[in-house]
Amino acid sequence: MNKIIEKIQLSELVYQLKVEAPLIATERKPGQFILLLLSEEGERIPLTISDADPKKGSITLIFQVVGKTTHLLAELNKGDFIANLVGPLGTPTHIENFGSVVCVGGGIGAAPLYPIVQGLKNAGNKVTVILGARNKELLILENKMKASSDELIICTDDGSYGRKCLVTEPLKELCEQNNKPDLVVAIGPPIMMKFCSETTRPFNVSTVVSLNTIMVDGTGMCGGCRVIVGDKTKFVCVDGPEFDGHLVDFDNMMNRLNAYKKHENSDHHQCHIDLKIKDKE
Amino acid sequence: MAYVPPKKLAHDAKLLLEELKSKKEPLTPKDRISIPPQEMPAQNPNDRNENMNEVALGYFAEQAKLEAMRCLQCKNAPCIEGCPVRIDIPAFIKAITQEDFKKAIGIIKNNSLLAAVCGRVCPQETQCQEPCTVGKSLKDVNKAVSIGRLERYVADWERLQKNIAEPVIKPTTGKKVAIVGCGPAGITVAADVRREGHAVTIFEAFHKTGGVLVYGIPEFRLPKKIVQEEVDFLKKMGVVIKTNFIVGRTRKLTDLMGKDGYDAVFIGSGAGLPRFMNIEGENLVGVFSANEYLTRSNLMKAYDREHADTPIFDSKIVAVLGGGNVAMDAARTALRIGAKEVHLIYRRTESEMPARVEEVTHAKEEGVIFHILQNAKRIIGDQTGNVKAIECLKYKLGEPDDSGRRRPVVIDGSEFIIDVDTVIVAIGNDSNPLIKQTTPSLVTNKWCNIVVDENCKTSIDGIYAGGDIVLGAATVILAMGQGRIAARSINEYLK
Repeated sequence: MNKIIEKIQLSELVYQLKVEAPLIATERKPGQFILLLLSEEGERIPLTISDADPKKGSITLIFQVVGKTTHLLAELNKGDFIANLVGPLGTPTHIENFGSVVCVGGGIGAAPLYPIVQGLKNAGNKVTVILGARNKELLILENKMKASSDELIICTDDGSYGRKCLVTEPLKELCEQNNKPDLVVAIGPPIMMKFCSETTRPFNVSTVVSLNTIMVDGTGMCGGCRVIVGDKTKFVCVDGPEFDGHLVDFDNMMNRLNAYKKHENSDHHQCHIDLKIKDKE
Repeated sequence: MAYVPPKKLAHDAKLLLEELKSKKEPLTPKDRISIPPQEMPAQNPNDRNENMNEVALGYFAEQAKLEAMRCLQCKNAPCIEGCPVRIDIPAFIKAITQEDFKKAIGIIKNNSLLAAVCGRVCPQETQCQEPCTVGKSLKDVNKAVSIGRLERYVADWERLQKNIAEPVIKPTTGKKVAIVGCGPAGITVAADVRREGHAVTIFEAFHKTGGVLVYGIPEFRLPKKIVQEEVDFLKKMGVVIKTNFIVGRTRKLTDLMGKDGYDAVFIGSGAGLPRFMNIEGENLVGVFSANEYLTRSNLMKAYDREHADTPIFDSKIVAVLGGGNVAMDAARTALRIGAKEVHLIYRRTESEMPARVEEVTHAKEEGVIFHILQNAKRIIGDQTGNVKAIECLKYKLGEPDDSGRRRPVVIDGSEFIIDVDTVIVAIGNDSNPLIKQTTPSLVTNKWCNIVVDENCKTSIDGIYAGGDIVLGAATVILAMGQGRIAARSINEYLK
């Protein structure tokens, strides 16, 4: 049981929760995630830890409502409890002074990116952040990113804020400069990570991506999260979540992410119906 | 063997028991051997492959008595030698013939805490029943005294009495013991260490307790209520259980001892890292490790589609690769979830299958199609990345290999294709690397199994280990056997 001590709605579908989890707050490192389960009949879902306060014993989770579990999570309020929460899981981000690093966050991907930006900055890197979103309303963590980076570039699909372009455009420009980045970290929707990796490939710039695949246990036991990296099968939960973007088979990963689409859609739909009924009562 | 309805088994047993009453006591060994082995009453195969309820229903009282009467009470008791925890088998069986079930379960509990579990899931035909004199005289191990079924009978009898004897716990010692993993090994250690008066905390990674008994073994083979009762019993003894706690991640092993004041630790984290075949197409949509498939169904209750949020793949035709208990469990689960056809593909013959004989029989009765001496070569996908078919090769048996089993040899050019939409890989597990990764000083072998001495002590003072994390994927009873050794060592260490 973990108590929610703060809830903020960041955009229409994105929420930020501060949750009591003293041990996780102490142990967690950038790049790691937790799994949560809201009820006995619920589903275990992974969420990245986007920040932590070891003194207060709390962690910050940022999530977008995409299915039934995230919808139910968004229904919880300050003072409510998350029934089951376990972590920190995954191999932490490899942080050192690489020189200049470009961090690309697409949509909700800004949340897992934030602790990595902090870590890289603290290690002495020159950090450029590219944040992308469909529109201004969906952009999150702008101020925090600005405070933790040397430069912040914002792109929106509709041009409602920052540049009207995809994140790959400024990324390409940065790679074309004389002093191209020493490392790129890209986190966001699979298709964005795929194209970021394709953008940096011709420039031979190392690119780390953080994958969020389907998981049950998160400890290496089920193998549902497996992805093809180079010619090897890797488990996102224990070998990752971060991998060399130039080696990840994104098409296979996207197929696997859709394995239960039909079920998820009908469950989420049912969840809407259930909630409405509850409202009426 | 053809399916016999429970009613008939009960009727036959009653008649036979009456008949035997007229015989002069005590029965001669010849009389005993001539009592037919009592079949386990089971749900009708055509009903049970559509429900999750327990398949084996347990002996009727008359059957239990008859089966117990088959025991010759051998002086040398070869069965005890075959039991990993050395239960006094002839003694508990004798108590059953005297209808003193309380005495019978008491004898079992001297050595085994999980009688209701082990009676159901132990591979008795390769353990206690393998050397049974009755089976030897009848030249068929399947005609040995059914020790496991009798064990289950008295364990269930005790559960129904609802007055399970409270264990005696010695005065508090002030020592603290941490146990990593609430599976069969951890449960055993917890009870044995707690009895000595030490404070015991179990750390479990999942949100539910029971380990493989809960996430791995299906409801139809081991009702989860039974596991829950065993864990409740531990709680009653004063054992503290912390779920959602991953030792190595939530807290480092060394911090448990250094900072949290635990005087000893037992690691029973199990063998949780599924092996794959490393063949083409293994990452297509529709290919699962048996671990994933069974965890979804058992732990997350995905079979209950109406209530559970966790999805399970909607399969029509399934191929299961492997010949162990896990393969049988996966195949039979697939049928129950709604698959029209389930093909079990195993590269040796049925006699080499590591699964319990009863599980193989049950799987066949339920309609699982067995392909022996065959193995997957590659999995074929459609344009959208979903499984479409599996290509297999045929094998023949060659010379014996290191395990003593005849090595399967591929028949060149024997490729053939089965159209399937799901492939479940059930070829075993490697050890989970999590604790090793975060505890570098812990010595492991090349398979990531923790290395221990004969007392289950690891390379670090005060840290013990047992079960699958040491043995590789083994059995519940072997894990319990190691748990007993480790508990003895821990109790000794804390003196």
